[in-house]
Amino acid sequence: MRALLRLRGFVRPYWNQVLLALLALALMTGISLTIPLIIREVIDEGLLNQDAQLLITAAILLLVIGIVRAGLMYGQRYLTERIAAQVGFDLRNRMYDHIQRLSFTYHDHAETGQLISRTIEDVRSIERFTGNGIVELIHLLLLFSGIVTLLYTANPRLATIALLPIIPLVLITGNFGRKIGDYFLAVDNSLGELSTRIQENVLGVQVVRAFAREPYEIDRFNKTNRILYNARVSVIGEWSRIMPTSHLLVILSTILILWFGGQMVISGEMTIGEVVAFNSYLIMLAEPARQLTWLVNMAGEAVAGVNRTFEVLDQQPAIRSPDGAIHLPSLTGRVEFRDVSLAYQGETSHALCEIDLEVLPNQVIALIGATGSGKTSLVNLIPRFYDSSHGAVLLDGIDVQDVELVSLRQQIGIVLQTSLLFSASIRENIAYGRPDAAEDEIIEAAKAAQAHEFILSFPAGYDTIVGERGVTLSGGQRQRVAIARALLMDPRILILDDSTSSVDMQTEQLIQKALWQLMEGRTTFVIAHRLSTVQRADLILVMEQGQVVEHGTHHELIKQDGLYREICDLQLRDRQKFQEEVRALEKSSNSVATSRHQEWEAE
Amino acid sequence: MTTLLPNQDVVFKGYDPEISRRLFASLRPYRRRFLLAVLLMLVSSAAAVAGPYLVKIAIDDGIGTGSLSVLRQTAILYLGIALVQWVATFLRVNIMAQVGQSIIYDLRSQLFSHLQELSLSFFSHYSVGRVITRVINDVGVLREFITWALLAVARDLFALVGIVIVMLNMNLRLSLLTFTVLPIMILTTLIFKRYARENYRQVRAAISWVNSVLAENINGVRVVQAFSREDNNYQYFHDDVNKNNLDVNLQAARIASGFPAVIDFLGAAATALVVWIGGISVINGPQGDAGEITAGVLVAFLLYINRFFDPIRDLSRRYDSFQSTMAGSERIFALLDAPVEVQDSPDVEQLPEIEGEIRFDSVSFHYQDTDPADPDPMVLEDLNLHIPAGKTIALVGETGAGKSTLIKLIARFHDPTEGRVLIDGYDLRHVSQASLRSQMGIVLQDPFLFNGTVAENIRFGRLDASDQQVQSAAEAVGADEFIQRLALGYDSPVEEGGAVLSVGQRQLISFARALLADPRILILDEATSSVDTQTERIIQEGLSLLLEGRTSFVIAHRLSTVINADIILVVQDGRIIEEGNHSDLLASGGYYYQLYSSGFEDKP
Repeated sequence: MRALLRLRGFVRPYWNQVLLALLALALMTGISLTIPLIIREVIDEGLLNQDAQLLITAAILLLVIGIVRAGLMYGQRYLTERIAAQVGFDLRNRMYDHIQRLSFTYHDHAETGQLISRTIEDVRSIERFTGNGIVELIHLLLLFSGIVTLLYTANPRLATIALLPIIPLVLITGNFGRKIGDYFLAVDNSLGELSTRIQENVLGVQVVRAFAREPYEIDRFNKTNRILYNARVSVIGEWSRIMPTSHLLVILSTILILWFGGQMVISGEMTIGEVVAFNSYLIMLAEPARQLTWLVNMAGEAVAGVNRTFEVLDQQPAIRSPDGAIHLPSLTGRVEFRDVSLAYQGETSHALCEIDLEVLPNQVIALIGATGSGKTSLVNLIPRFYDSSHGAVLLDGIDVQDVELVSLRQQIGIVLQTSLLFSASIRENIAYGRPDAAEDEIIEAAKAAQAHEFILSFPAGYDTIVGERGVTLSGGQRQRVAIARALLMDPRILILDDSTSSVDMQTEQLIQKALWQLMEGRTTFVIAHRLSTVQRADLILVMEQGQVVEHGTHHELIKQDGLYREICDLQLRDRQKFQEEVRALEKSSNSVATSRHQEWEAE
Repeated sequence: MTTLLPNQDVVFKGYDPEISRRLFASLRPYRRRFLLAVLLMLVSSAAAVAGPYLVKIAIDDGIGTGSLSVLRQTAILYLGIALVQWVATFLRVNIMAQVGQSIIYDLRSQLFSHLQELSLSFFSHYSVGRVITRVINDVGVLREFITWALLAVARDLFALVGIVIVMLNMNLRLSLLTFTVLPIMILTTLIFKRYARENYRQVRAAISWVNSVLAENINGVRVVQAFSREDNNYQYFHDDVNKNNLDVNLQAARIASGFPAVIDFLGAAATALVVWIGGISVINGPQGDAGEITAGVLVAFLLYINRFFDPIRDLSRRYDSFQSTMAGSERIFALLDAPVEVQDSPDVEQLPEIEGEIRFDSVSFHYQDTDPADPDPMVLEDLNLHIPAGKTIALVGETGAGKSTLIKLIARFHDPTEGRVLIDGYDLRHVSQASLRSQMGIVLQDPFLFNGTVAENIRFGRLDASDQQVQSAAEAVGADEFIQRLALGYDSPVEEGGAVLSVGQRQLISFARALLADPRILILDEATSSVDTQTERIIQEGLSLLLEGRTSFVIAHRLSTVINADIILVVQDGRIIEEGNHSDLLASGGYYYQLYSSGFEDKP
């Protein structure tokens, strides 16, 4: 139950509402007790004395009490729901914000479905408890101590006897609370797991279909579904023992009262009236005892929820602005890597190994190398998506770890390998990094990214909604919007991570031309496999297993007998083969494409 | 940012009785157990009623007469009845737990299975967050109602009928007097229902919106951080999405608190009415008709009124949860009713082992219209094609020309709008999807990997493959080397957004996965776009071997991949404009020639 104390901070702002709800509940209980009194009055005085006036007064009084009680009831219920909704609102906000600020390393290992489940379902269990649970629990404790006091003032000896079964009641309820905690954790975990399964199956639907793996996936889903079923049935199973037992114990109290109280009456220690009154007080315990199990159940659910949500909230973002962070001034664009190594969490081998690099402002740096050789890892260190395990990355001589993250990232434009757009209009997607951008700036960026034309071909133009309920863009189109998005940032440093690989050759040509213009006056890192892109760079880094194995310009590297030469040869072979074929064709039928041939030769 | 506008949810068009009927239909498989639970409920109710009576006997006949033996006998009897009640309650709760959870299990299972049948276009219009809300949260709303409320409603109805009979027997006039508040109550309920239903719809839609925005933000968290959008997005979530959820929930709280309060007041009003009119008529003496009211009757009646309103109060609370359940069910059924585009017909055949000969017979295709007023344009038009078994076909053309669509028709992700697609002479519409796809291997541009180990992901292609076979497949595509370098080798976890594997490496794993399936037809849709030149070369060297004897389709932008194909199809605007092998097409000097001459126009 210590977990619930962690909610203090979230409930504190609404303490006055909790008190108010409690007050309303107490008044309601009190006012309900007056109704039997009025009815007794009606019977004893009104009917026996034939007092019509008293009857009318009583009727009006009952009506007034009805109105007041309805008002209190409304107030109490609304307030408890309100407290719940507000606590839920605050917690969800915190979760949302916290999750989006957690570093890449966290998200590399996190499952989206679990995060969603924690923010929605677990917060929901907490919400339920903080509203109804807290108010009812306090009310219950007050009621409980009130009745016990009443019993003891009536007859201490009989009270002690009658309350004997209450001790096991408290014990088993406490035990119940502990037991269900584990089940609720299992419930929440399987709900999260189910979310993950759905998430994967929706995003990977094509793969599942392509391999005809629907039965396999359904089976996997149902396995977790079954675990959830079992956990739920177990919770209720515990419940089914505890709820009637608490009822039984209260009955046992009544029996004890009859048994011992009866003997006391017979021996003349008590009157019948006293025993009856005593028993009627005790019966009042039955309802709270029943509610107690409900509340413990609710609390158990909330504890599991708290554990799961705070597990996320307790995660400190590994990457944040340090205390006393420097606001990064407008960069000239000098980038330095000093003896940088990087190992990803959980990996023993290094993704990057002792990288030393100095890039002058406005240079274009091309990275080339095998898949997984560390190209993306290297550029990811510049906007501080990860922190190096060793060494430092400096921009204009300032360590990226010393600066305000926002001031750093706002000066860097990135086109990622997989161009993710958000379900919003194309305009909003392009303006993603600068929501205040003017219309003509957006259009200019789109034009530069060769996207303007296809955007206008949609009936809604820039207002076309992308994604859900909107137009689904092709890979190439998405990529161009992503490029426009990066360009609108007018970044000092531009990172293009294999950004044209999914675009057809002609579109690529168009984008390449635009990109080269845009690289003017910015420090640019380009990851590419195609020679045509690479050979124009000021500096080419050839990477292999996390190390820069060759570096220099195209002309320098082509002279060395290294990896770069090898790659060039491979790609040139295609080109030469193609040229030979064309020449062969020319010879056999020189009429076909003379003009084209001339164009070709003009190269 | 107006991401993911709210209230986009198509609401089930059916009317209430229809939803209730379907809801109760889901109870049908468990009706015996349900009836047993009702029976047990009656037993425990009877035991509960017997309790106070025994107390009365113990007091009057036991203590009152000073008879210890009567007192003890009664006490022991009471204990016995209490034990019966314990057992009955224990059994009932357990039975209902199983029934309730089974229904929930069934519904979730049905929803998930249905998702596996829905067309791919469905998923481009339906976000992950919304699907999760349906299967998890909306079904969750039903849970409480089915497990707890259903029986309570039955109990309340029994109690109500019983008490009404008692009241009518006791005094007709006073009963009718009490019932005068019922029309107001019914009216209140009708008004409440109207507001509540609409409001609970909004509540369900609001949480769905929260879910969608949250899911999108998590999926795109890298872009969010790259563009420093955290503050902006938080503002949006806080002020719009989550605030909307808070607002509709507060509105729901108002409605849900108001309704029982009104019902409670009506109960008090009825009591006042009986005190007033009943009391006056007692004072005025017998009227001489059947509705004679004596003081004793009135006293008893006043005690019973509370028992009459207790179940009504309880029912009003259940009715609130019922309305919420209905709003949830509407959405569940709306998803279950979403039409399945590609479905195995009842007289479906199993596709035998195929050679891989493919024929397109005047195939036209457009995607399903999302808006009937604005029909989707044709993506493929009157396509005729014959591909002999075992050939390698390259598809070339601009983005959006229809290459991927053509391939999707072969895999029967969609059915053609007109015409037929035949494999080995079998119309794809007449064979089961499973028998077709199990003979196909598809590698997509966006390499989707599942949570699990590298080995598990490759094995997805053939679940019974041995470790050796998994490794051979990886070797064939040049993936073995980097996999061996991972900390745990083939047992390394592939995480959802894992940084450990690059996009190129993911492509290689999904390539290995397709090969392991040993398909008769292999489809490579930009399968190696993010793979470096050398690795691609390794793949290509292995590929000619791998492609041998299989019909394969390759979509690629790189000439090196296309050049060796047996047939090259140039697709433009949904038509095939050129067809032939590399040298034929170069010789014809058409679009293909242009495409590739421009491709090498790189000026250092």
